[in-house]
Amino acid sequence: MSRLTLRNIGKSFGDTEVLKAITLDVEDGEFLSLVGQSGCGKSTLLRIISGLEAPSSGEILMQGQTVTHLAPKQRNIAMVFQDYALYPHMSVAENMAMPLIMAQVPMYARLPLVRRVAPAARRHKPNIDAQIDTVAKQLRIDHLLARKPAQLSGGQRQRVALGRALVRNPGIFLMDEPLSNLDAKLRVEVRREISELHASSGLTFVYVTHDQTEAMTMSDRVALMQGGSILQVAAPNSLYTNPASVDVARFIGSPQINIFPVQSRATGLHLGDTNLGLILEGADADLQIGLRPEALSLQGVSGLSSHPPGAVVITLPFDKHMVEDLGPEVLIHGRLDAEPEIDLRIRAQKAKDYGLTDQLAKARRLNVTIDPTQLLVFDAGGRRLHITPRMMRTTSEVS
Amino acid sequence: MRVVSKERAQARLAYLLVLPATLLILLIYILPIVTVFGISFTDYSLVSDYYEFVGLQNYAQMLEDEAFGNALRNTLIYAGLFLPGAFIISLILAIAIQERKKFRSILEVLYFLPVTSTLAAMALVWAALMDSNQGVINLWAAALGAGPFNWLGSENLVLVSMALISLWSVIGFNMVLFLAGLTAIPVNLYEAAAIDGADHPVDKFLRVTWPMLGPTSMFVAVTSSITAFKLFDTVAILTQGGPDRSSEVFLYLTFLEGFEYFNMGYSAALSLVFLGIIFVFALIQALFVDRNVQY
Repeated sequence: MSRLTLRNIGKSFGDTEVLKAITLDVEDGEFLSLVGQSGCGKSTLLRIISGLEAPSSGEILMQGQTVTHLAPKQRNIAMVFQDYALYPHMSVAENMAMPLIMAQVPMYARLPLVRRVAPAARRHKPNIDAQIDTVAKQLRIDHLLARKPAQLSGGQRQRVALGRALVRNPGIFLMDEPLSNLDAKLRVEVRREISELHASSGLTFVYVTHDQTEAMTMSDRVALMQGGSILQVAAPNSLYTNPASVDVARFIGSPQINIFPVQSRATGLHLGDTNLGLILEGADADLQIGLRPEALSLQGVSGLSSHPPGAVVITLPFDKHMVEDLGPEVLIHGRLDAEPEIDLRIRAQKAKDYGLTDQLAKARRLNVTIDPTQLLVFDAGGRRLHITPRMMRTTSEVS
Repeated sequence: MRVVSKERAQARLAYLLVLPATLLILLIYILPIVTVFGISFTDYSLVSDYYEFVGLQNYAQMLEDEAFGNALRNTLIYAGLFLPGAFIISLILAIAIQERKKFRSILEVLYFLPVTSTLAAMALVWAALMDSNQGVINLWAAALGAGPFNWLGSENLVLVSMALISLWSVIGFNMVLFLAGLTAIPVNLYEAAAIDGADHPVDKFLRVTWPMLGPTSMFVAVTSSITAFKLFDTVAILTQGGPDRSSEVFLYLTFLEGFEYFNMGYSAALSLVFLGIIFVFALIQALFVDRNVQY
């Protein structure tokens, strides 16, 4: 039984439809990321899962039980907000105690003044303190318990927010862009800590981010959202190598994938006037070809031949425009000298050849080679076609 | 050498720029206070140019003066009636309006309207409303089987009436202050509270709203306290301190001593005591407001 099931969740604000029939299953202990650009509906979806927002249509189930109309506190979830939403007037310990007090201490014993004397409040205190202590030690914030949020650094606040969520021992851990307020170095650090937390706690995580690196590095599965729909749900690697549509291929991967239109005819694959020398069986249509920047390589520069030995390659003339040296690898921007002209990004590992940059600086006209086995084929509407083009010569030899 | 002269020139310019403001403050605030301070040690009266230095006699007189005790007592009773209402009613109104989506701005304007009116003129309207024979309030009270009340003529009721009129005139202002405070509370604190289980209105108020309103509450409490001690115009227009001096409040007594009995020296001493009380309130605010909630 899935920990979390979303069935046809729809959400509209007035005439604006922000979520369109979202259906999704999250398994127990899974780390699932919701990724997409701002405005794609990922945060709204998370808020609907948390119960802060009600869906316009559809159903939410947790472990088989319908929770669609339950209040957040009845859902066995915890949430970490983008700006942490710590209570500024409470100490770290009080912040973390909040969900426990609300769950354990009866209403009358929570009132001001009464809470100092009520036996019910006193009875729960040692228990609550112990729970806070355990979690605080686990997150290494036990020395900060007496401080106010204003006295903490960004990373410490982040941990307190995690702690407040963790003390509840929730079934599902919801996170809304929890790293976006941290600087780049800290982000990498906390990213690793959240991954470790997920591994050690075994809890189910639903994580919202616009940063594909976060999603790809932390998740078991990634749900890529666009315009209120889920485009694809898959493991990070499969999302990268096996995208279901052009939109997925474009979003995942940095630098961006090269996409260009081709015409598939009986005479072969045509890129405008150029015959690529490939054939796609059974496809007589206008198509789109996707090529990751690392699926291309350049001839005429030594040390850039990344193809497995014996691979068949297509060679096309290429005008180099700009070279970005990223240290271990170079990114070459240029234009395919064909009709129509096509912009291409090429990524190449420097490997052991650190003279590569100099060579590239001198060279201007190069030949780009394509490994046809790494081609991704999409139809004109952007949907992925699971066919691999073959070299025309090989085709004729086989038949 | 040139650097030094440049610094000097800059300093001279700076002094020149603050000069007008400094002069104005000296002329409008500091000089009158110093003058009043001086007068409070004399027996200066409006009717004669001759005056003598009497030392602390004016201050000593307060301790024996029955009118002073009466005025202080009346002011405190009035404040006790006025302050809770001015604070609690405004807060409740602000919270109720804050949660409304429709008509919010209309309601804000309606409640704020009395603040914009001239209290001296409105006091006359209130006098008509509170008239013991034909006043609308007593007609309504009679319809409910209560009264008639002698709102402005009864020693027991007159301070209540003064408090009611002041409440009417100040609630809109306090409400707008509270609304500003409420708007400044981040929405996601309420969302975090809802996730944490504090979604009951009482919990939301006690755990988030009230503590986050700390600085605003302090400000409202202090400004309202000052307003309470400054009660003057409605008393001067409606009751002149009566009946039987039961609405003679601190500032009205100061006015009487100075401009009716011409005891300027004693009036000045009373003014300084008043200044002291207001100063204490201002001090409380300055000390606590900024420390209460940190973000």
